[in-house]
Amino acid sequence: MATQLAEPEASSQASPESVVIRFAGDSGDGMQLTGGQFTLSTALSGNDLATFPDFPAEIRAPQGTLFGVSAFQINFGSTEIDTAGDAPDVLVAMNPAALKTNVGALKPGGLIIADSGEFTKRNLEKAHYAASPLEDGSLAKWQLLAFDISAQTLESVKPFGLGNKEALRCKNMWTLGLALWMFDRDRQPLVDWLNAKFRKNPVLAEANIAALNAGHAYGETAELSGSLHKVHLDPVEAPAGLYRTISGAEAVALGLVMGAKLADLQMFFGGYPITPASSILHYLATMKEFGVTTFQAEDEIAAIASAIGASYAGHLGVTSSSGPGIALKGEAMGLAVMTELPLVIVNSQRGGPSTGLPTKTEQSDLYQAVYGRNGDTPMPVIAARSPGDAFECAIEACRIATQYMTPVILLTDGYIANAAEPWKVPDPAAYAPFPARFLTTRNGPDGTLLPYARDEKGARPWIKPGTPGLMHRIGGIEKNPGTGNLDYSPAAHQAMTDARKAKVDGVAKGIPAQEVTLGEERGKLAVVGWGSTFGPIHQAVRRARGRGLDVSHIHVRHIWPLPENLGDLLRGYERILVPEMNTGQFKTVLRDQVLVDAKPYNKTSGQPFTIAEIEAAIEGALA
Amino acid sequence: MNDMTPIGVTTTLKDWESDQEVRWCPGCGDYAILKAVQRTLPEIGADPAKTVFVSGIGCSSRFPYYVESYGFHTIHGRAPAVATGIKLSNPELDIWLITGDGDGMSIGGNHTMHLIRRNLNCQIMLFNNEIYGLTKGQYSPTSRLGTTSPTTPLGSVDRPASPCAFALGAGARFIARGFDVSKHLPEVLKAAHAHKGAAFIEIFQNCIVYNKDRFEDFAAPKGAEDRQLWLKHGEPMLFGSEKTGGIKGIALDHENLCLKVVDVVDGDWQAAKVIVHDVTNRSVAHMLVELPFGAFPMALGVIYDDPRPTYEDALLGQDATAREGKDTSLAHLLAKGQTWTVED
Repeated sequence: MATQLAEPEASSQASPESVVIRFAGDSGDGMQLTGGQFTLSTALSGNDLATFPDFPAEIRAPQGTLFGVSAFQINFGSTEIDTAGDAPDVLVAMNPAALKTNVGALKPGGLIIADSGEFTKRNLEKAHYAASPLEDGSLAKWQLLAFDISAQTLESVKPFGLGNKEALRCKNMWTLGLALWMFDRDRQPLVDWLNAKFRKNPVLAEANIAALNAGHAYGETAELSGSLHKVHLDPVEAPAGLYRTISGAEAVALGLVMGAKLADLQMFFGGYPITPASSILHYLATMKEFGVTTFQAEDEIAAIASAIGASYAGHLGVTSSSGPGIALKGEAMGLAVMTELPLVIVNSQRGGPSTGLPTKTEQSDLYQAVYGRNGDTPMPVIAARSPGDAFECAIEACRIATQYMTPVILLTDGYIANAAEPWKVPDPAAYAPFPARFLTTRNGPDGTLLPYARDEKGARPWIKPGTPGLMHRIGGIEKNPGTGNLDYSPAAHQAMTDARKAKVDGVAKGIPAQEVTLGEERGKLAVVGWGSTFGPIHQAVRRARGRGLDVSHIHVRHIWPLPENLGDLLRGYERILVPEMNTGQFKTVLRDQVLVDAKPYNKTSGQPFTIAEIEAAIEGALA
Repeated sequence: MNDMTPIGVTTTLKDWESDQEVRWCPGCGDYAILKAVQRTLPEIGADPAKTVFVSGIGCSSRFPYYVESYGFHTIHGRAPAVATGIKLSNPELDIWLITGDGDGMSIGGNHTMHLIRRNLNCQIMLFNNEIYGLTKGQYSPTSRLGTTSPTTPLGSVDRPASPCAFALGAGARFIARGFDVSKHLPEVLKAAHAHKGAAFIEIFQNCIVYNKDRFEDFAAPKGAEDRQLWLKHGEPMLFGSEKTGGIKGIALDHENLCLKVVDVVDGDWQAAKVIVHDVTNRSVAHMLVELPFGAFPMALGVIYDDPRPTYEDALLGQDATAREGKDTSLAHLLAKGQTWTVED
């Protein structure tokens, strides 16, 4: 699991303990669904896994085109898996465009399974192939298995009398059946799932099951070249307990529910649809019974403003978006800072400025999270490193927000939001509650009310409107320290700016000291990461250490404020390398905050780092 | 129609005055509106602890500081969204939204529209002074054509929006109009408060610094009876006086499907086919808010009032139904879906 930090022997990606398979097809071919179900069956078989769904921004791009290709990659095995894998061992290509856009990533000698039925003249043209690659020898460095999946599928569902289009929709189940055979998987969970999914249309359920069985039978009986054979991967060794798979978006939703519960609050979630953040709102909309109210606002600004209103009224206000939406929320974040109300803001980062790469991943909103507001507007920022970790981070965000009366930003990204991993189901009773407190009587001398008095953490009291005798006014305008009355005198602004900063700086006192994730507490090189680069950094450092290199991995959850010991810890290394999916944002924060010579290693292609890329960067840094 | 019984807390005007120094320009119409509100609140039996004034940015948006209740002075244009979060989190709170023509019709127009469309139970008081006061006199979305201002030195060329027509277009179920110094303002506020749902009140307000006496054409006491049409449910739409050229009324021009002014002879308004105001008639409400001033008097008072279920009742009711009989065990929630067990 991603959270397990044992250090086994360095293993190469090609080791028989793990396999990387990529399903690629038209965006309408159901590849994400195929991948998702393959993931579930993998998890149920006890393998560790990590996935990487990679799909276009268009919902149904024109069929057969290169830009309409949707892919799902999964890395699974009997050892710890932290990334979706650098290069696939197996590529399932449902059409020429899928082959063209994905075959370059396939490992030399890797296996291509192609649906020859889709390699028609027209589809070849759309993929800009002059001749069929299945026939012209251009795929010689890989093993190729091409057969007419389309025809096989049509044949298998014939008895159900479906139209041609509907019948072809079962292709993904045929392919999944073949993949299940290859990896020695039980079909029953899939059969159960199909029966449940098509409960209202049993014919479709039967047709899909027939396609699934036919694909499986094809692997079992067809006389294929030696390239296709059954592979069995033993279950990974994992701590005993109950497991399920979880995506980052689901983990954030569950973590928020858990956090609100621990704070003894109802949750109000104001959101506006945006990729890839919407799924958090989708999940929470089905969790009303856990004290959740969801509100689809008219825009991003209303989403956060309504959440601020909810927090003002005594709920835990939460909002969520992605970079462009977070930009729109900026002014309201300032209001939450000024009024010192708890608020959790989740940013599922995507790529690029403006609309950029809506469905791809990047870590380029770190400056925005830490610095991106007018005025001196400090706000705690935390970052999740994996889908499972997003659960813990969401709880932590709720804790800081309610204990310090402050908005908190939780950073995830498109990769974490969509990716899935096995997750050891936590025991809710194991988490310490942090109940929120509301002021119910006047707190100042001589029966006065001081809405901006501060506790030992620098937090002001939370006063619910509706409380008799505590009527007061708050707002975004500068105020008197104590009474909170409108006051823009020089002394008041100085005192309040200082108080807001001291409060957020003080969050560092309540967070765990930074630990070394892997390796020694001093040495030649520290690779410092944050967020979803955890997997590739961790594996790269593990491999480098396996080769005897003096390198450690440090992964930072608390981006602002940083853990108090981080500076001292980093000064114990000769060199510091910061791999990031941006142009060097955390590197800059580190240089500023702890004054170390952090060196950047950057990638902004919309794709996660591969392990090999970081391994090479480690070698470069040590050279 | 509406239940006008007070909530039942006894207060006086003084109880609604906060200890904050009022900082509007001397002579500003906002003072009169503040007094009208502070006079109305005791009359409706409002409870200061359960009353929340929410505002955006602008001169009018300083209003909450001066009322001894809960108050939230938010950011430019966003008060409706903040109010939505407050009301959904505690529907028992009585919310008064204070906004202006710039705050509510320009930067926050989108939120105003959606608050009205959803029908959140609150009172929306839009102070319309047809100018940006706090930023020193730029023209606003309600400024009349040709308004000269620092940003339109040659006169504005864009046509003004009509707040009441906008609100009605957004689906409002309560529309009223008043003006700052009008003695009728408290009645209008009371009717708005009695309406369950989003109650939209446009209040013409005199900005004595940047748009002085802009509304004198109909608000001036002299000739008011000819230029103001005060609407009352169940009563004929009459204006004018015998002294100033006779009693007149509003009737339907059947041929052109619009309203027309008719003379009422010897008080026989029935003969003149003067319309009896029915606050639930949406078609007439559309015509009233669009009446061109000059040829017609200014339609004031409660123009439209026909409640529908509120947003918070619908949403929270749906949530409550969804919660009925549901398993609320967090342990079960976390373990949802297909699971597997790893043995020791």
